[in-house]
Amino acid sequence: MTKSKKLLSGNESIALGAYQAGVQVAAAYPGTPSTEILETIATYKDVYAEWSTNEKVAMEVGLGASYAGVRTLVSMKHVGLNVAADPFMAAATTGVHGGLVVISADDPGIHSSQGEQDNRHFARMARVPMLEPTDSQEAYDFIPLAFEISEKYDTPVLFRITTRVAHSKSVVEVDESRARPPRDKHFQHNIEKYVMLPSNARTRVPQMHKRIAELMEFAETTSINRIIDGKDSPGIITGGVGYQYAREAFPDATFLKLGMIYPLPPRLLHNFTAKVKRSFVVEELDPFLEESIKILGIPVEGKAYIPRAGELNSLAVYDAGVKAGIEAKTERITDVKAVTDLPGRPPLLCPGCPHSAAFFVLNTLGQRTKKLDVSGRSTNETNLIITGDIGCYTLGAYLPLRAMDTTACMGASIGQAIGIEKAGVSSKVIAVIGDSTFLHSGITGIVDAVYNDSKITVLVLDNGTTAMTGHQDHPGTGITAQGITTKAVDIEKLVRGIGVKDVQVINAFDVKAVRSGIKSALDKDELSVVIVRGNCAVKNKRRKNQRQVNAGVCNNCDVCLRIGCSAIQKQDGKVHIDVYSCMGDECGICEQICPKHAIGPLS
Amino acid sequence: MIKKGDNKQDILLVGVGGQGIILASDIMGEAALAMGLDVKKTDTLGMAQRGGSVTSHLRMGQAVYAPLISPQGADILLAFEKLEAVRWVNYIRPDGIVIINNHAIPPLSISLGMSVYPTDEAINKSFLQRTNKILMVEGSRETAQLGDVRMLNIFMLGYLSKLSPIKITDYLWKKSLSERLPAKILDINIRAFERGQEAAASVNI
Repeated sequence: MTKSKKLLSGNESIALGAYQAGVQVAAAYPGTPSTEILETIATYKDVYAEWSTNEKVAMEVGLGASYAGVRTLVSMKHVGLNVAADPFMAAATTGVHGGLVVISADDPGIHSSQGEQDNRHFARMARVPMLEPTDSQEAYDFIPLAFEISEKYDTPVLFRITTRVAHSKSVVEVDESRARPPRDKHFQHNIEKYVMLPSNARTRVPQMHKRIAELMEFAETTSINRIIDGKDSPGIITGGVGYQYAREAFPDATFLKLGMIYPLPPRLLHNFTAKVKRSFVVEELDPFLEESIKILGIPVEGKAYIPRAGELNSLAVYDAGVKAGIEAKTERITDVKAVTDLPGRPPLLCPGCPHSAAFFVLNTLGQRTKKLDVSGRSTNETNLIITGDIGCYTLGAYLPLRAMDTTACMGASIGQAIGIEKAGVSSKVIAVIGDSTFLHSGITGIVDAVYNDSKITVLVLDNGTTAMTGHQDHPGTGITAQGITTKAVDIEKLVRGIGVKDVQVINAFDVKAVRSGIKSALDKDELSVVIVRGNCAVKNKRRKNQRQVNAGVCNNCDVCLRIGCSAIQKQDGKVHIDVYSCMGDECGICEQICPKHAIGPLS
Repeated sequence: MIKKGDNKQDILLVGVGGQGIILASDIMGEAALAMGLDVKKTDTLGMAQRGGSVTSHLRMGQAVYAPLISPQGADILLAFEKLEAVRWVNYIRPDGIVIINNHAIPPLSISLGMSVYPTDEAINKSFLQRTNKILMVEGSRETAQLGDVRMLNIFMLGYLSKLSPIKITDYLWKKSLSERLPAKILDINIRAFERGQEAAASVNI
């Protein structure tokens, strides 16, 4: 036997499954909960793996590699597929040569995203098959099948996972004997298939419908759609992680467990529902299966009882079953809560974060602590309108910094700032965006600002990494996903090249310089870019001369607390700095802003 | 109520980012797998690298389905911080075991004077709604004495090892520790683990 049991996350299982299935090219942009897929693949030295500039580029790289005949994996979070939708739809139209598997990692419950969306809808829109595993073992087992389907039916395959599959660890029986197929790379000139002029695209569309009809037949018999026998009521139709909750809540039920979520097998569904008394669909988020099954004329129930928003759990599914009357009402334990109000513990910028000084400055320049209501709403226009973006720095919206007015999607800060300015507001407008996000989709915004003579200021918070998702490299760092030193894109030269005249680069930990730099940019009536540069605190290993408060000098003005540094705490009326979390000389922001000079290195 | 399978243990580990909670649940999960159990675990981190609430759901038994522990389902709550402990009171099953490191990390809103940290009495009262098996442990103090509070997670595992009905042998615990910890800090961490075991030796619940 060449099998061994390992505790692997869904993401690790996908990477290993893809490697053993012979994947040759992998491309991704980091995004929770998908990031570890590419990170793991990048460790295999006989695979080409890249962090792409953004998801759209990743999809295009993947499509090119597939055209060249090799098996290819592209991975992203749910909203990443929005960015990549254009080439994804194109891939659906042209079809593939080497197998192309697209991972969409959805985030029910919005653990780390700007929104909740159910990407199963993309499969129907693009007319591509979609598989969805329920745990790590299935993630590992379904991936080779996904490549086979892709090649056999000439289509990209959408492989949908959710947070609790991507980020859960479960036992995987790893089959070391799976042979990695040999590379067979060759690009074949084929205008009708690859050049989507209208006349060619028109001939592809009927083929897309034909392949879905064929895949419907495949779905009738594939072993990943299977019945688990049990009592004749309820019959539960389920797929994805919903299966696991349903199996635990109703261990005696009969299940139709769907590994292929699109297209669905009509005969199998008819036969299953005919043999059980009542059919119940358990799925997270939208009633995707439920509506698809109802359209077939099959009566099923589901979302009338099961929550539509957020993550499920076994108890929620059980309660839904009781409500629907499919489970006898039994004694239910009463829910309890703490006997006192509990303070929240929102995520914070780390001690020593290079974004802290910039946000402290934005807060004070905009007089936001004084003028803005704690509720986060205000009828007055703010002095300084701050459009925000996606990254750790989005946390600058929280108290006490409160230095952000908007956050929509990757790169949106710059376009939004232009729009707010062009609407004719009287306040100055500043866009705040991180280095990785800027390179992902901020550049086109700057081009727009130059072209349309916008007067906004763009603050690029450059911490030299993609921090929020766990410190991945990006085009600005000069290191590839596989650790190879390469050319780094210089953001300063880039924005100057686009045509921005007023460009400054400032040390993120020099509060005075950050303040005067931002102020001078805002004072000018022209487009400006301020790059605030400092290493991410988590990557900073050198810690010395942690700061302390001289209690004899401190007058409790609490200005230092307004940085929002979690190392600076106030207990029993006294401010103190936690020596274990203070970054010392690497930061020093609190020392610079203390009006009484009461903060200094630990003696 | 949902029927519970034989020999199933649901352990909810909670605390603050940076306390080593995920590593602790990984170590126990690997050890449980090595003794032949089915294991599922999942972590909830929120967004920040450090400083936010962290939760790890660790489930072990003959066959485990759901990755998440349901409300009212945790056999043991292993809390590395007091406020985070009480946040999860509804997850403890009736008569479950609550292990709390007697240590407070006040969130920023308390420093800013906008909220109040719950008293020990309120924490106790909250848990008494479900169970009277509430154990306060001096993990932070003991590991500080050992030289580094960053070993709190390993101390807490040692404590847990004596109370969990799943009896992982010391051999498997140490094997799992050695696989996940750098060699140069392994010995001192094993001392922290054993110190945790000693602290639990006199507990009778």
